[in-house]
Amino acid sequence: MSKKKHVTLNVNGKTEEFLAEPRELLIYTLRERLNITGPHIGCETSHCGACTVTIDGKSVKSCTMFAVQAEGAEITTIEGIGGPDNLHPLQEAFKEHHGLQCGYCTPGMITRATKLLEEIPNPTEAEIRFGMAGNLCRCTGYQNIVKSIQAAAAQMSAAKEAAE
Amino acid sequence: MSAAASLPHDAARQHVSGSARYVDDIPTPQGTLHLAFGLSSCAAGQIRSVDLSAVRACPGVHLVLEAKDLPYANDVSPSAHDEPLLADGHVHYAGQPIFLVVAESHHLARRATRLAKVEITAEPAILTIEQALTAESRFEDGPRIYTKGTPQSAMKGAIHRLQGQINLGGQEHFYLEGQAALALPGDHGDMVIHSSTQHPTEIQHKVAEALNIAQHAVRVEVRRMGGGFGGKESQGNALAVACALAASFTGRPCKMRYDRDDDFIITGKRHDCRIDYDVGFDDSGRVQTLEFAHYFRCGWALDLSLPVADRAMLHADNAYDLPHVKITSHRLKTNTQSATAFRGFGGPQGMVGIERVMDHIAHSLSCDPAEVRRRNYYPEMSSKPAARPSVTPYQMEVTDFILGDMTESLLQRCDYHARKVEVARWNASHALLKRGIAFSPVKFGISFTLTHLNQAGALVQIYTDGSVLINHGGTEMGQGLFQKLTQVAARSLGAQQAVIRASATDTSKVPNTSATAASSGADLNGMAVQAACDTLIGRLKDHVAAQHGVKPEEITFAEGQVTAPGLVLTWQEVIASAYEARISLSATGFYKTPEIAWDRIKGAGQPFLYFAYGAAVTEVVIDTLTGENRILRCDILHDCGASLNPALDVGQIEGGFVQGAGWLTTEELVWDASGQLKTHAPSTYKIPACSDRPEIFNVDLWPGQNAQKTIYRSKAVGEPPFMHGISAFLALSNAVAACGPHYPDLQAPANSEEVFNAVARARGSAS
Repeated sequence: MSKKKHVTLNVNGKTEEFLAEPRELLIYTLRERLNITGPHIGCETSHCGACTVTIDGKSVKSCTMFAVQAEGAEITTIEGIGGPDNLHPLQEAFKEHHGLQCGYCTPGMITRATKLLEEIPNPTEAEIRFGMAGNLCRCTGYQNIVKSIQAAAAQMSAAKEAAE
Repeated sequence: MSAAASLPHDAARQHVSGSARYVDDIPTPQGTLHLAFGLSSCAAGQIRSVDLSAVRACPGVHLVLEAKDLPYANDVSPSAHDEPLLADGHVHYAGQPIFLVVAESHHLARRATRLAKVEITAEPAILTIEQALTAESRFEDGPRIYTKGTPQSAMKGAIHRLQGQINLGGQEHFYLEGQAALALPGDHGDMVIHSSTQHPTEIQHKVAEALNIAQHAVRVEVRRMGGGFGGKESQGNALAVACALAASFTGRPCKMRYDRDDDFIITGKRHDCRIDYDVGFDDSGRVQTLEFAHYFRCGWALDLSLPVADRAMLHADNAYDLPHVKITSHRLKTNTQSATAFRGFGGPQGMVGIERVMDHIAHSLSCDPAEVRRRNYYPEMSSKPAARPSVTPYQMEVTDFILGDMTESLLQRCDYHARKVEVARWNASHALLKRGIAFSPVKFGISFTLTHLNQAGALVQIYTDGSVLINHGGTEMGQGLFQKLTQVAARSLGAQQAVIRASATDTSKVPNTSATAASSGADLNGMAVQAACDTLIGRLKDHVAAQHGVKPEEITFAEGQVTAPGLVLTWQEVIASAYEARISLSATGFYKTPEIAWDRIKGAGQPFLYFAYGAAVTEVVIDTLTGENRILRCDILHDCGASLNPALDVGQIEGGFVQGAGWLTTEELVWDASGQLKTHAPSTYKIPACSDRPEIFNVDLWPGQNAQKTIYRSKAVGEPPFMHGISAFLALSNAVAACGPHYPDLQAPANSEEVFNAVARARGSAS
């Protein structure tokens, strides 16, 4: 066992401080240390995307990052995007447009989609297809995932225009 | 009418907010221990010695178990008692669990397994179909054979004859949630198991056998799975039994979750197989006689291989009326993972066989493949004058055939004929890229072929505030079963959708359940829920009639209102008064599928209550220099009868197509010469990504209803759409055929390498 290191993270707006082994993966920090179980473990090799979180404004697969590498970072998980009674437009769209079946990929999928819509507020169908290609879903065939993101993009753009 | 509404999945709000719990998300009690298996690296051999001293000495390790330490049954098989939890003397495949480590954490347990010193004297492994045939290594005494007519003598009168062979790869389920179980020891040696399983009752039975306790002492709960696809029908047994044993030994909660690589290496997959065909046909492409030989690689243990291989035989005809046919099925025993259930359960393999024959016939006659298929269809249900129903190769009359009408409708709405001309024109002007387009139909038999499994139970409870809890034997794996059944309950009770909730599946509430499999979840459990609701409504009507002096038959329950002449009550008022009048507000329901009976050895009778139908047209483009390919467009028309929830059904169809296309294109399992699975993670095993789905994807439901009295005349939808993926494979074959005069002889999976090789075959330049 290597010597434990002091780690400070900001997760969903809350500061978390703890001692961690250098090889503790961030997904385990979130799930086992902080009881944040929205990000799921799918493959642990950064291919499936079920563990996707946002770190300092970037989509990151938290199974291939050490907690110590995230020292000082701002981390947002699905729980920080919106709760069951306070859904983000993307969450609402995935619910209403059947963008999920078993739901296991959904938290990572929506977390990635929030960044996609920040990068490209009104993405084309092709931009969604390739922007989401790092998050695997085995159930839906992706059709309703794309529709959900399109619906949320339209709704968010309309809300933004109305605000301006 | 809420039973037919496109309402969202019952847990959608929880899923999108990350608050829907899977087994791995359940908060575990303090002191929970974690498990990992030590695996065999050898495909076949005798265990000489197992030195686990370093494993036991590892800090954080509490317990290490081998086969000899197990007090009672060492078996996790679904029925044949041929699958030890831990290898007993021999190993039968690379990846077989030999010992079990129980430790403080998941990672500690996994790391500790690597410290074992296991000596195995290797024996010659039987890995391939050819090796198994040479060694006569098979399940059952010999091949199963189904015959209709006199296929051999009919070949003498055949105008044309073709022979060929297709190899079909297997498929890893790749449920996003890996296998997982949690065991909580209770009083009196009772055990509560949370399992990611499609078959809670089987988990209950296997745990009871392993602990030598009665079934009533084991309670299995399943709230949801993160995908199943058949891979959690029997493959969860090992984890649940291991957790129960460890919990029994230590008195502490025990949890096990397979690492993804372990999940690939340990668990069974779709059966890979080879299908040989010998077909005689006339000038129009009408099949005169046909012989199939199926060679299924079943792996080391029986698992569900017999019914899987049976179902392949039962779908060897697909939509086609074959006058003379013989299907021979070999179930081969090999030193590989024990192949298991996977969406379609052998049906897809059987169907690819006959679709390949149709494709080959059309190519040899230079006929439109869709037209050749239509010429071979069973008689249409709606044909006038009524046609005499024809029988399948297993002697069942096909009385509900609608593919003639569906095909006509689909070909028109997707503009098939014009697009075919356009594809040919496009190909003539493109030297390196070639397009292909193909049509394929689906006729899929609905019912468990093991007839006694076609039963289901439900428990419906109404509480004094009017809220309703439904329990049933089905499990939720993403297909929306719980949502459909709450809609069935709302409609049957005439209550508002919002007051109905489905509880987690629980063997202590509804006993002796069948696996949620064979697409049967809504068909069986829906009827059971409806039966329970009918009992409750009968009691409530009698109560209202007695209380208000109306006749029971004058009372209507609808949308939360109870009405009779001169009477309007709310659902809540009726429930409150029924409670005070001491009316039982809890009822069970039961259903068994009528009419089905058959003999699987003879291959004769009625294994299915009805057929579900569908048709697809897919267009692809290939790069002849690299074999790379894309699905450009897919149009599907699918029959869900009177759909219970059109949005959920369309979701099943879209997902099924993409998964089916994945099986036949990008998903390739590779074992090396020593029997090690080399593709055991998504880095090397490619399931379709968002960028792989068709650019244009149109799915429509056929506006019909089930001729059989199923739940609100709906049809099962889980498996049938998977086989629309065959149209993608055929479209690739069509694109390759544009490269040269020879039949492409495309093998599956048709990944880039295979498409590249097939282009060479079509040109006659294959080395």
